[in-house]
Amino acid sequence: MPYIPHTDEDVKSMLDTIGVDSIDDLFDEIPKDILAKNFDIPEGISEMEMMRLMSERAAADSNVSCFIGAGAYEHHIPAAVWDVVSRGEFLTAYTPYQAEASQGTLQVIYEYQTNMANLTAMDVSNASLYDGGSGMAEAALMAIRANRKSKSRKVLVPRTVNPLYRDTAHNIVNNQNIELVDVDFDKQGGNTTLESLKQYEGEDFAALIIAQPNFFGVLEEVNELTDWAHANGMLVIAVVNPTSLALLAPPGEWGEAGADIAIGEGQPLGVPLSSGGPYFGFICCKQKIVRQMPGRIIGRTVDMEGKEGFTLTLQAREQHIRRSKATSNICTNQGLVMTASTIYVALLGADGLSLVAENCHENTNQLSKLLTSIDGVETAFDRPVFHEQVIRLPASSASVLEKLAEARIQGGIDLSTYYPELENCVLFCATETKTNDDLVAYQKALASVLAS
Amino acid sequence: MLIYEKSQAGRRSISQAPLTSTKVSDIPEGLLRKKKAALAEVSEMQVVRHYTNLSRRNFSIDTQFYPLGSCTMKYNPRGAHKSAMIPGFLGRHPLAPESQSQGFLSCMYDLQEILKEVTGMKGVSLTPMAGAQGEFAGVAMIRAYHDSREDFERTEILIPSAAHGTNPATAVMCGYKVREIPVDKNGDVDLAALKEAVGPETAGLMMTNPSTCGVFERSIKEIASTVHDAGGLLYYDGANLNAILGKVCPGDMGFDVMHMNLHKTFATPHGGGGPGAGPIGVGDRLLPYMPTPIVGKDSVDGKDVYRWLDEKDIPQTIGRLSTYMGNAGVLLRAYYYARLLGREGMHRVAEYSTLNANYMMKRCENAGFELAYPGRRATHEFIITLSSQAKNLGVNAMDFAKRLLDYGYHAPTTYFPLLVPECWLIEPTETESPDELDGFVEAMIKIQKESEENAEMVKAAPYNQTVRRLDDVKAARELDLKWSPAQES
Repeated sequence: MPYIPHTDEDVKSMLDTIGVDSIDDLFDEIPKDILAKNFDIPEGISEMEMMRLMSERAAADSNVSCFIGAGAYEHHIPAAVWDVVSRGEFLTAYTPYQAEASQGTLQVIYEYQTNMANLTAMDVSNASLYDGGSGMAEAALMAIRANRKSKSRKVLVPRTVNPLYRDTAHNIVNNQNIELVDVDFDKQGGNTTLESLKQYEGEDFAALIIAQPNFFGVLEEVNELTDWAHANGMLVIAVVNPTSLALLAPPGEWGEAGADIAIGEGQPLGVPLSSGGPYFGFICCKQKIVRQMPGRIIGRTVDMEGKEGFTLTLQAREQHIRRSKATSNICTNQGLVMTASTIYVALLGADGLSLVAENCHENTNQLSKLLTSIDGVETAFDRPVFHEQVIRLPASSASVLEKLAEARIQGGIDLSTYYPELENCVLFCATETKTNDDLVAYQKALASVLAS
Repeated sequence: MLIYEKSQAGRRSISQAPLTSTKVSDIPEGLLRKKKAALAEVSEMQVVRHYTNLSRRNFSIDTQFYPLGSCTMKYNPRGAHKSAMIPGFLGRHPLAPESQSQGFLSCMYDLQEILKEVTGMKGVSLTPMAGAQGEFAGVAMIRAYHDSREDFERTEILIPSAAHGTNPATAVMCGYKVREIPVDKNGDVDLAALKEAVGPETAGLMMTNPSTCGVFERSIKEIASTVHDAGGLLYYDGANLNAILGKVCPGDMGFDVMHMNLHKTFATPHGGGGPGAGPIGVGDRLLPYMPTPIVGKDSVDGKDVYRWLDEKDIPQTIGRLSTYMGNAGVLLRAYYYARLLGREGMHRVAEYSTLNANYMMKRCENAGFELAYPGRRATHEFIITLSSQAKNLGVNAMDFAKRLLDYGYHAPTTYFPLLVPECWLIEPTETESPDELDGFVEAMIKIQKESEENAEMVKAAPYNQTVRRLDDVKAARELDLKWSPAQES
């Protein structure tokens, strides 16, 4: 029997101890007419057969050259990361409720919190959320709780923020009558301008969300946007790519006072693309609003002999204590994936992370040059970018991308899916994993598709 | 020792990052980082050694019996982990075209079908990323259902007092008020109180069956009709699905919507607190509102072609709840497990988890421990109460739990459900052999003896862990949530 160790002898002697004749007798409190019938599902197969089936299916999706980013990025993951993460002691432990028997997990989370707080230049981090999109929902809810000056249940969200995040966040917060209000972007720069925010001056909003880089890869003027929001009584929620933080100003240093909450998708830090998950969302904030933070938080303390140790703390915010008055219904974090990121960050350090960021940026710039050298292909926006770029094609982006895929090149995403006004536009990135040959192959394939 | 305390300026794991620097010159100065982030500077070997040694400071299923009630700590097959780590699955971008995603999509489609069949529901969406998000999706669908009928009076969700804390927290996140329904002394929902509570304000009832009291809700059909007759819908919290998998389908008990904790019932690793996966199943009434994305199957020229179903296919959907497709890799692991179990294996899950729990309960009872619900069958878990030990010996449920760690067993869930004093909720799961269960009961008997002879010793446990009992009050009062360079130097 798969994964069940009992022999017939075991079963017999256990039933004797209990004092019943059969296993079925143990279900005698359940009304007979709701007992399950036989299932119409395949018969069980062996590990060998299943491995073969999974390998064949995985192979069907392999051997592609991927230039899609849009919030999830193909980075090199050092061999040690998943080797160590896959140790059973990390893989098969539960939430560290018994602190004395979970010091490994607890210390890793404390180090993770340190990494994220120091990368974002914020005061504190929690132990992680599910992913970037749902993390933005939690950040919006947190801002509404934390902004004592505002009575508003509205948050300003520029359209340059990842549309999948906006969609996810909307679906999560709308049940509480919270409104995410769109702010349009500058068609030339692809950024959010003070101009477009002017109309909201004097109105009550709990927060302004600022993405850096934004969904188009474009760099926002984060300092002036942050100061504008604070001057208008709003908190600032930064949405950032952790790789970019090796190079770009961290949210804690934006404008005069810094962002109040910083969130983002942790996937670039050592997590495989893996069809979108499991990833992890990170959330950091200023010390003064830490009690509004959702999810688990780990603190350093001492044991009864004065020895350093780690434990879950500020649990009075959480669902298992506060029930209907909790800051969120979140129960788990993304522990294992967060552990991978902690090992990744330790391996790379600030300097290694800079090298990754620089090389991604350079590769994207190179590819951008190669692609825009093709007749009729141009960059869509004129502002500086980080490691991602939008180009406009002289043909339908959907059909061009489809033809590129036939050549096993995933050339980016069709932006008109999310922004009807960005017809024929493609968002792409080239990370550090791409060689010059890969970039040239993309250019040649695109030239040939456009020529046909 | 923290990794930062092993750091030396200028040290680095050279080969793990690109070898050459390319200076960035096209980003304005004002947008650049001025000061390098304070991260560790260590070698590859230091990293591997540091985290390998940290891992050894954990209890885990791979190293210990871990009978944490309501958490279903069963064996996590290595094959499931390995198959989800096949490069083709790891490398697939979430926004890759469908034409280059048929392998992944076919696994997801198959998993949807299997979960539908074994729960007796009409539709399954895999996207919720944890049990709590599955609950959120379920209650949001209940809301969408009432809203679509312009039934805006329904502002309350009923929740039995034994429920998991996520239930009331979820109801509030979905904009509902919570009304608690008491549980009687036998562990059943108080039917009279329920009948009094339902009415035109009832949006739905959230419940776990078997409940967190470790007993099957015998009047489930009457509960279902009471709520349905009042116009409310029934939510099944799948946290305890392991107790009934293969024996009873939530769909047949009258539930309209449910979530499954794949990290419990379908054996995917808990990972020290996640990632989980909380797919939802729905009956006919909620089919139009399922969260996207869902995988659909078309037949093109006699060949199966898989594709994403989105707003165009499900116009009334409550929408996406994750950036992409939930915890896809966890879903692959659950698919592996489901295929290895197959038709016959699925029925054995409830049978053997129930056998193990009833055996352990009997042995505990025989050893003199007090059961919270004597006379009832255990389901996949059961509760003992240590209130007489607390009263007579001064050794409470937490002291007992900490001492158990010294004997190499992870403690059961303590002080939950809240309505049983000094309680332990014990869930052995079907993957443990009777020898392991016997060993656990022997340890309990020893601790009982120790408590009678030397209570002070037990109250100061544990002794052989990497730390002694921790000061939680200090942790909350003097918040220390991160290392910083200034603080240490």
